[in-house]
Amino acid sequence: MYREVILDHYKNPRGHGVIEDADAEAEGFNPLCGDEVSIYVSFAEDGETIDDVKFSGRGCAISQAATSMLVDMAKGRKAQELADLPKDDLLDEIGIPLTPIRLKCALLGLGVLKVALHRAKGTPLPQEWAGLDELELK
Amino acid sequence: MADVAVTETRKLDAQKLRADFPIFEQLIHGKPLSFLDSAASSQKPRQVLDAIRTFYETSYANVHRGVYELAERATAGYEGARETVARFLNASSTREVVFTRNATEGINLVAYAWGLNNLGPGDVVVVTQLEHHSNFVPWQYIAHRTGADFRMLALDEQGELRLDELDDLAGGGRVKVVAAGLVSNSLGSVNPVEKLAAWAHERAAIMVCDAAQGAPHRVVDVQALGADFVAITAHKLCGPSGIGAVWGRMELLEAMEPFNLGGHMISRVRFEDTSWGEVPAKFEAGTQAIAEAVGFGAAIDYISEVGLDAIERHEHELAAYALERLAELPWVKTYGPPADRRAGIVSFNVEDIHPHDVAQILDGEGVAIRAGHHCCQPLMAKLGVAATNRASFYLYTVPDEIDRLVDGLHKVRKILS
Repeated sequence: MYREVILDHYKNPRGHGVIEDADAEAEGFNPLCGDEVSIYVSFAEDGETIDDVKFSGRGCAISQAATSMLVDMAKGRKAQELADLPKDDLLDEIGIPLTPIRLKCALLGLGVLKVALHRAKGTPLPQEWAGLDELELK
Repeated sequence: MADVAVTETRKLDAQKLRADFPIFEQLIHGKPLSFLDSAASSQKPRQVLDAIRTFYETSYANVHRGVYELAERATAGYEGARETVARFLNASSTREVVFTRNATEGINLVAYAWGLNNLGPGDVVVVTQLEHHSNFVPWQYIAHRTGADFRMLALDEQGELRLDELDDLAGGGRVKVVAAGLVSNSLGSVNPVEKLAAWAHERAAIMVCDAAQGAPHRVVDVQALGADFVAITAHKLCGPSGIGAVWGRMELLEAMEPFNLGGHMISRVRFEDTSWGEVPAKFEAGTQAIAEAVGFGAAIDYISEVGLDAIERHEHELAAYALERLAELPWVKTYGPPADRRAGIVSFNVEDIHPHDVAQILDGEGVAIRAGHHCCQPLMAKLGVAATNRASFYLYTVPDEIDRLVDGLHKVRKILS
């Protein structure tokens, strides 16, 4: 399960940090295991293309590595594309079989990104992440 | 139940007891099972499985209804289990034992059926920072619903309750409920319930004790504890899931409103109104978990035969051994009180590695531990962690399983650090 690419993203996360004055941001946590992820997005001048993504948080190797992989996938793409991104695209990238509990870890970052885009751009938020949106509101 | 392994000195032989548990006969990921998650739920011995099966095969029908032979046998089995629970808890009357689905439902029963009618603005409900959510969330909810104040008794650095802060905590309100667990499921701390009960009674408050984690591992004598309500569950003490019990003082149970309503809990039903049945029927609406109750009784017989004192001693030894072995690892931090003041539970973290990753790699080694917040988020906040790893022991746990845990932790470090 802890194959090389996962361990690489876990130990050397891409885009780890915070964007001050981000155009879109959200945070979420996984109450089952306490994984926490905050995602910050800045858009290019067209207001649609994702110029930069950063994330902070703490949690298991799967949640952190998956969010790091998501950062690689997200840069340069349009907000709408990511709002529509099927979760299987990220899971294919992760490329390991995940039990239902670890699936929640793996998809936390993607859910948080969708919430951030939903708030900033009004992109649709799939039902399965609606709860995350509520959870986060402190 | 004569065929349980016990020696003269009441020191149990865990290796021999393991033979009673079919679960250990298989390999997990090609390795023998090291099951270190008994605090979440325990494994089941053949004696309990056989009792349930035999009951279904020879004595099953609904209880308290039919006049035929099977119905009488089933009723005798179900009510016999209640007597076993009453003896186990040293209740002064069998009628004081109410069957529930689990300890959580027992506490909800008290929180709703007692709390809704007896709490209001100006009243105070005290829980502890150690509480399992089962004895925290119901009280928080009922306090908010009734306008009562909800307050929390803090812990010291070793994970033991700050009894010295009790009087300050009561300031400016009428304490009506004190709710505390007997044994912390996260840290293994054994709480001074007798002292809390005495303090509660000085203020005419009721003491509600969650003994879900206590009853499997030490003698629970409700009269000695001095509590007013004590909730236990079968699945943590070698019994089936889906059945538990709450013991309560008869005068309180009699004064309470019902919790669930429906069949069996009534005395007389008319269109205009309904009168309630006698305690404990008043609290047992609908068909109960009949065979599970029989299994509950068989589980109590099993652990009583082994001996609660022997179990407690065995777990102390295992906790001490685990703490000693984990202390060899400078990158492991353990939480909770010293071994002599804790039950067979050890919570720990591996430096910079999330408990889920630890648990997943250990699983590959056939070692089952719990990783998470253990339904104790207020406690995790106090410890300053999101989650911990937890190894917990029972009468069938052997030191070799702890050695395999330590070997597994070395592997975790090798992969993830």
